[in-house]
Amino acid sequence: MPPPLQAHRLLISHRRLPTPARRRFSAVSSVQSPPAKTLAPGPATSSILSIRGSLLSGERTAAEITAEYLSRLRRTEPSVRSFIHVADSDAVREAEELDRRIASEGKDALGPLAGVLVGVKDNLCTANMPSTGGSRILEGYRPAYDATAVRRLREAGAIVVGKTNLDEFGMGSTTEGSAFQVTTNPWDESRVPGGSSGGSASAVSARQCVVSLGSDTGGSVRQPASFCGVVGLKPTYGRVSRFGLMAYASSLDVVGCFGSSVFDTATILSVVAGHDKMDSTSSSQNVPDYASELVPLDSLESKPLNGLRIGIIQETLGEGVDSGVASSIKAATSHLEQLGSVVSLPSFSLGLPAYYILASSEASSNLSRYDGIRYGRQVSADDLSELYGESRANGLGHEVKMRILMGTYALSAGYYDAYYKRAQQVRTLVQESFEDALKRFDILVSPAAPSAAYKIGEKINDPLAMYAGDIMTVNVNLAGLPALVVPCGFVEGGPAGLPVGLQMIGSPFSEEIAVCV
Amino acid sequence: MNAGLFFTTLHRPPLARFTTRAESAQATEPKAAPQSIQMATKEAAQLKMQGFEAVIGIETHVQLSTVTKAFCSCPYNYGSQPNSTICPTCMGHPGTLPVLNEKVVECAVKLGLALNCEISMTSKFDRKQYFYPDLPKGYQISQFDIPIAKKGYIDLDLPMEFGGGHKKFGITRVHMEEDAGKLLHSDSGSYSQVDLNRAGVPLLEIVSEPDMRTGIEAAEYGAELQRIVRYLGVSNGNMQEGSLRCDVNVSVRPFGQSEFGTKILLHKEGQADQIVQETRLWDESSQKTFTMRKKEGLADYRYFPEPDLPEVVLNNDYIDEIHKSMPELPEAKRRRYENMGLSMQDVLFLANDDNVARFFDSTLEHGSDAKLAANWIMGDIAAYLKNEKLTIDEIKLSPLELSELIASIKNGTISGKIGKEASPYFVLILVELIANGGTVKAVIEEKDLVQIADPAAIEAMVDKVIADNPKQLEQYRAGKTKLQGFFAGQVMKASKGKANPVLLNKILGEKLNAN
Ligand SMILES: [Zn+2]
Repeated sequence: MPPPLQAHRLLISHRRLPTPARRRFSAVSSVQSPPAKTLAPGPATSSILSIRGSLLSGERTAAEITAEYLSRLRRTEPSVRSFIHVADSDAVREAEELDRRIASEGKDALGPLAGVLVGVKDNLCTANMPSTGGSRILEGYRPAYDATAVRRLREAGAIVVGKTNLDEFGMGSTTEGSAFQVTTNPWDESRVPGGSSGGSASAVSARQCVVSLGSDTGGSVRQPASFCGVVGLKPTYGRVSRFGLMAYASSLDVVGCFGSSVFDTATILSVVAGHDKMDSTSSSQNVPDYASELVPLDSLESKPLNGLRIGIIQETLGEGVDSGVASSIKAATSHLEQLGSVVSLPSFSLGLPAYYILASSEASSNLSRYDGIRYGRQVSADDLSELYGESRANGLGHEVKMRILMGTYALSAGYYDAYYKRAQQVRTLVQESFEDALKRFDILVSPAAPSAAYKIGEKINDPLAMYAGDIMTVNVNLAGLPALVVPCGFVEGGPAGLPVGLQMIGSPFSEEIAVCV
Repeated sequence: MNAGLFFTTLHRPPLARFTTRAESAQATEPKAAPQSIQMATKEAAQLKMQGFEAVIGIETHVQLSTVTKAFCSCPYNYGSQPNSTICPTCMGHPGTLPVLNEKVVECAVKLGLALNCEISMTSKFDRKQYFYPDLPKGYQISQFDIPIAKKGYIDLDLPMEFGGGHKKFGITRVHMEEDAGKLLHSDSGSYSQVDLNRAGVPLLEIVSEPDMRTGIEAAEYGAELQRIVRYLGVSNGNMQEGSLRCDVNVSVRPFGQSEFGTKILLHKEGQADQIVQETRLWDESSQKTFTMRKKEGLADYRYFPEPDLPEVVLNNDYIDEIHKSMPELPEAKRRRYENMGLSMQDVLFLANDDNVARFFDSTLEHGSDAKLAANWIMGDIAAYLKNEKLTIDEIKLSPLELSELIASIKNGTISGKIGKEASPYFVLILVELIANGGTVKAVIEEKDLVQIADPAAIEAMVDKVIADNPKQLEQYRAGKTKLQGFFAGQVMKASKGKANPVLLNKILGEKLNAN
């Protein structure tokens, strides 16, 4: 039996952190502690800066830092199960290599992410590791190349420590949809970490790695960030190249990042963002140094964010939203600005069905390539249709099949106009209502999810209830906007309360605004 | 990449269920146009006898000769080792994305303009979805409701041997898409292998209006399209390599009826004259068609906009630039040659082959008379090419020397024709130039082919010929003046073709008529 896991303990006991983790993140906590003045933890709490400082001063070697994370990973993994694949020996080797380079070439050899251990969601391709997308159909599949986001991390000196668990191909909100294992929430191991990037969120939360990459199609970064009490960033659509990201819904998918502070999350974004000639939908807009936009905590104390116009999305605090969550959000917002203005997005409730139609439609097409012919699982069969049928029936999970069927139906002749086309029209409406609201406000805020983390198995047989949990996040994907989730409080539950995340939505390519709030 | 990894083997006994499309590929790809069109010709002729007419529309796939594929940077070379020009993108590996090759757009706009189409300033790509082992992604990137070019037409002149006549056939649309790979079936039929070299190679699909009524019209439509793509340089138009493939849709209706009948191809079912809709294959060995697929049109490809590619947005400058860069096209050439006073027979011969047209135009640029140049190209040069199985750009004769040769005839340096026959003397020079090159002057000097222009020498030859043919002389003087040609020929023969024909005829006439 693995020892019972107390994630908040792990966080707090980390000696490199100047402030206890829960204090760090709590603007408002229904459990304890008076509200802090600001949500931004600032560079002072950055694990990336702390690692960099250690390497620069020679206080610790990359190998020592890596060993520390790996030992914690080994200790916690039996109960958290964040990783589908752990590349521990590769990580150690890369860290030692880095130490040798620092010794021979000096401090100049340090890339911006030198020695930073990164967890990568398993739907991002990695050349030297298995990449399964959480699906049996890709069991044992090793891509020939690194996803652009992964390549950029490696080029910046980061060490990929392993591949994190997810709902199969990103389809799910609990990570229970993985073909391989169920990841638990480090705050309460009887609960889900959220999903689909549950492994990436829980790995950062349990400090199994410093930061991690996820992907967000309908909330898959933000909702697990909220459930696991970490910072999660969903960039503007096109801000980060999708090359190497196994497509779920191409027009909604975006590579996102997790960190234990806004600074770390912003640093990762600065590294992975930017145009990529391998992805025609990636933006050629300039990438600011997001982390440098952050104002240090000390100076923030004396500079309240009076100039910023913040609007709370009315529709996100009403029916169906946990009262503890709603009050955490309201309290947090009131500390961002004296008066939290309320803004209404009339098309808000239309977003969820439109999202599920569009995402399923694109998924039904994107997943056609998993046919057992060229790679992945192939079932031996007597004729072609049997080969296709059996390979896919055996290789794909229940939720994935359901969405493929839904999408196939929505795109079929005679139904296209009623479903796909209509959903596209709704998407335009959602975009327009966000556009309109963002003319009046710099930032829109809402909860990241209607509730805190729920029990494993609670919604597994009730897909509609699980889908409804995505109500807070899907509209942002439909509109392609950037959104940041930061822990803003706690609700009752688990051994020490359950974290609640605040979602801050900005205009396209205004990641720096959200980040500096 | 290692070919062994994805060179997939499908173990199953009967091939029947999924080889249909592959067979169609094999049957329609090589020599597509002439075959499917021969078929249409036969069927159309039969129909006419039964009081029906054929309504023919053609879908043509043109493979573009771009350096790289449509959406990745792999090259494509026909006939290379299976799976030697592939990458994760054209293999449909997880996480890969298409990136549009801008050359494909350029080719599409060129062809669209050449076919007098409206160019869509904004078009988009869509996914056409179906499962087949040669289709790596499970969908083909194509264009569905907004093709890059539409509403055009093609002008052509039917061959004289089929009655000639100018025709205009509507072009419904031109769109961009990617090709699929190929299946290689084992001899035993127990497995198949996938070759993805061709997967992702750019194609333009050209859909005609159902404007053709006979096989000849269909054949000429295909031939003209082939000329246009070759003139534009967008494709080699080679049907043996599958660079140009035609799907001919034939529907049948009684004469005088304006609605179309059941689509696709006529087929008589059993005893009852029942018409069914189906796709038929041309079998080259038996020169017949047979049923391939019935009930077309039931497939639902679930098209939807390709989310991985931005819209294709063009501006007027771009289109103008392409317009300016376009060569003179066959139709414009034909009209230009026609205006030179050439016969339609000549016009079609000269304009319908890019190389011949270039040779002809170049000869004219060196100052030659159009009719003379046309005559020599269509006559002795064409005959030589046919004999030696060469094309005009493979011979050593240059347009400059042909124009020199023509000029030499004109100014009397050498003899061109005697009566209607090319003089053997001239043919000697011509063949020498075609086979070995060199200049007209050098050949004449080297081969001792300078014309005999000395009146005394010619007179001596004339005298001898007249003396040797007293019988013909008698007939001539009795009124059979046509025999002058006979005498001229004899003199020319005696001079080995070198006698100046003008002098010869003058002296000969004087002698024959002298009493
Ligand atoms: Zn390729």
